[in-house]
Amino acid sequence: MGEALVVSDREEFITTKGRQKQPIKCDADSIAGCVSQRACVYCGARVVLNPITDAAHLVHGPIGCASYTWDIRGSLSSGSELYRNAFSTDLQEEDVIFGGGKKLTAAIDELVGKYQPKLIFVYSTCIVGVIGDDLNAICKAAALKHEIEVIPVQSSGFIGNKSAGYRAACDAILQLLQPTGIKKANSINYLGDYNLAGEAWIIESYLREMGIELNVVFTGDSSSEKLKTATQASLNIMQCAGSTNYLAGKMEELYHIPYIRVSFLGLQDTADSLRQIAAALGNEEAARKAEILIARESARIQPVIDKYRRKFAGKKAAVYVGGGFKAISLIKQFRELGMEVVMIGTQTGRKEEYETINSLVADGTVILDDANPAELERFMTKQGANLLVGGVKERPLAYKLGIAFIDHNHDRKHPLSGYVGAVNFAREVYSTLCSPVWNYLPDHDRGDVV
Amino acid sequence: MKEKKAACRNVNENPCNMCMPMGGILALKGIENTMVVLHGSQGCSTYMRRHISEHFNEPVDVGSSSLNEKGTIYGGEKNLKQALDNVRKVYNPGVIGILTTCLAETIGEDIGRFAEEYLQEKNGEEIFLVTAPTPGYGGTQAEGYFFTARRILTCLTKKSEKHNKINLIVSNISPADIREIKRILNLMEIKYTLFPDFSDTMDRPFQRPYRKMTPEGTKIEDIRKMSGAPATLQLGMTVEDALSPGKYLAETFGVPLYNLPLPIGLENTDRFMEVLQEVTGKGLPDSLQQERGRLLDGMIDSHKYNFLGRAVLFGEPELVYALTRTCLENGIHPVVVATGSRTAKLAELLQPYIEAAPEPVQILSGTDFAVIRKYGEAAEANVAIGDSTGRYLEEKAGIPLIRIGFPILDRMGGHRLLSVGYTGTMAFLDRVTNTLLDSKLKPYRSRMYDTFYRKAT
Ligand code: SF4
Repeated sequence: MGEALVVSDREEFITTKGRQKQPIKCDADSIAGCVSQRACVYCGARVVLNPITDAAHLVHGPIGCASYTWDIRGSLSSGSELYRNAFSTDLQEEDVIFGGGKKLTAAIDELVGKYQPKLIFVYSTCIVGVIGDDLNAICKAAALKHEIEVIPVQSSGFIGNKSAGYRAACDAILQLLQPTGIKKANSINYLGDYNLAGEAWIIESYLREMGIELNVVFTGDSSSEKLKTATQASLNIMQCAGSTNYLAGKMEELYHIPYIRVSFLGLQDTADSLRQIAAALGNEEAARKAEILIARESARIQPVIDKYRRKFAGKKAAVYVGGGFKAISLIKQFRELGMEVVMIGTQTGRKEEYETINSLVADGTVILDDANPAELERFMTKQGANLLVGGVKERPLAYKLGIAFIDHNHDRKHPLSGYVGAVNFAREVYSTLCSPVWNYLPDHDRGDVV
Repeated sequence: MKEKKAACRNVNENPCNMCMPMGGILALKGIENTMVVLHGSQGCSTYMRRHISEHFNEPVDVGSSSLNEKGTIYGGEKNLKQALDNVRKVYNPGVIGILTTCLAETIGEDIGRFAEEYLQEKNGEEIFLVTAPTPGYGGTQAEGYFFTARRILTCLTKKSEKHNKINLIVSNISPADIREIKRILNLMEIKYTLFPDFSDTMDRPFQRPYRKMTPEGTKIEDIRKMSGAPATLQLGMTVEDALSPGKYLAETFGVPLYNLPLPIGLENTDRFMEVLQEVTGKGLPDSLQQERGRLLDGMIDSHKYNFLGRAVLFGEPELVYALTRTCLENGIHPVVVATGSRTAKLAELLQPYIEAAPEPVQILSGTDFAVIRKYGEAAEANVAIGDSTGRYLEEKAGIPLIRIGFPILDRMGGHRLLSVGYTGTMAFLDRVTNTLLDSKLKPYRSRMYDTFYRKAT
């Protein structure tokens, strides 16, 4: 058999800019047998909550789920390391038959005895939703007994996709927040940053320079105590919208904290975001200081970026990442590097985000939602991409196709945010796109490789 | 020897194992032109793909029936059949392996019946289906691997004429190890069916154009005829009969079974060679005798350094068993021997060897890293031997980790590590000895200074 067939149900999830009128289909369940790159509800919840450093993250379910997500993010902590453990009730066949409630209670007791955490998240996995353990009641009872927070996270794998998990995580966080009656001026929360490789700390240093206090990060390097004070902030800024959009909306509704979207990926977005923050706070002093910071850092960084940019002329990028907002930033960031994005897709992008993507990319760019390896292969090849941005599962595929690759996943160990991040990104693009290794491919036609 | 702890604790803290379908995928990846579909919710397959991809640095496509709420309530038959249709459209596989996950098992899905019906609906179309119920809570990846391998035989092997190809069934070892075993068999001019064989499917040369399906792996034709082999050699001492592919061939087709340890270590490799000679009547070629001699020579060279070793060994039972014996024959002291699998076999099998050991050996099954670390620290372990999941022993307890087994996620080339045969044993032993030397040499000057000079002045 020659060229593999495309699954017709997938057609609506793929569009080409300029050629189709109807909007892309998104935010739907994955189609069976299509080898989706998406994870599950539990995973969505876990990745959002996991960076909370002093919490015990207890997975109520069979062992695999906990095993595959142990220390899942490269999130850094300035304090407790409790979050880096994988705790599981390790359900067995008899628990599936007779229920796992008792085991869960005992597990919480044991964790409290051993670690005295102030906060325990209890995640439900697929089978817990089916066997019907009453997570809410068990957590409530445990909280009373131990006088700590025990928060159930409703993340059974089959109740939706990763987005449902984000929402479950936000619901869990909302249970922690408490109105304090205090409102601090020039104090902001940063939503949707997980302090991968210290990224939240980088942004914090910029804000400090502008005279703004970073109150709480959701959830990078945050602790249960810190989280409770989140209601004191005067503004929320939100980076990863996919995971925290719902939380930002709720905080506005419940605690009257307005929010704005920011992105610290690339020079332009970073500068724009710093300006927007100062403007949203109505703080002229901060705005002035932001300009100083932007001018200084740009002067330092721009020549480095320009040096790399010269090497990338004519190269084409493909993007397949988790969320829509990151995808949007990447289009702009590649433009700063002199590269055009020719294929772009996300796992959980939303309608508005796809509209923005569509407005940003050039005619002929392929846009996909919930893509699979066969589609990624087909479109990267067809569009002549030289490089892919993606996560761990996409990497070997890119390499097998002889295409350069950038990790933009959650276990990376170098920051991609802010000015430091912009340089790291450019250097990483260079290190992969311009590696001599491609010269040895059987039919290499990359005579222009440096 | 003590069996304890696991039972009286209520939390698994930092798991030392993964779940059953993971092993099932690996076994199926060793068959030519095979695609796998996991019946359950989307996450399981994505997680397993991620782990496998990262270990092997290969694309791993695994379909999922992507069960949602509706499928969970009303049954997932429709989803599964749709998944089969879709993977056939895109991948055109010769075999599809259908594995269940926790969810599918809990709601009581009968994949055997679904598969039969599916075949009837598509009557006449050339497609082989292998089904294996592998609930995540039914065992670890080690059990999932052997059980699925057994199911592959149950579904595909037919009664066949007698022939002279021996069956060789391997546990979850690296592609480099599988290749080394094939090299040995080729040197001895032995005809064989090695099963399952993911040495080329999971460690493929760079080629253009890219192929989604891999024609390498054990041939269906050969699997069909494993019933007519003169003997089965199975590297699966720790495998329960109910999960054992070799046992299935013995019971169903009368193929004599030799259950052997993985050929890591001098004695284990000798045993492997002996049985090969016994079964085939072939002699040991000169070159292999030379390799044996070189290993022995190397063992002598490094024996005093190895005596410094106090090892924590952990991972899949089969590997741990072979490695423990390798440590014992080299004077490395295995202070903790641990597996996440709930098995009594490991302890039973090791019993005669550890009775003779100079110090007590703590054997743990169904355990986790909280327990392993506790015993390891108490016994003043100075080296850990196992996969990447033991990285905390290194990070938090300062015990250097020698990576071997699956998964290796934080180093390159885990799948290229050679550890079997005389040559592989030497390579493994060098890795251990050099780690021990490193721990001795690095702090040597400052330690002596602090202990003796400072004290004296
Ligand atoms: S333990 Fe069960 S639900 Fe969790 S990943 Fe494994 S099969 Fe899936």
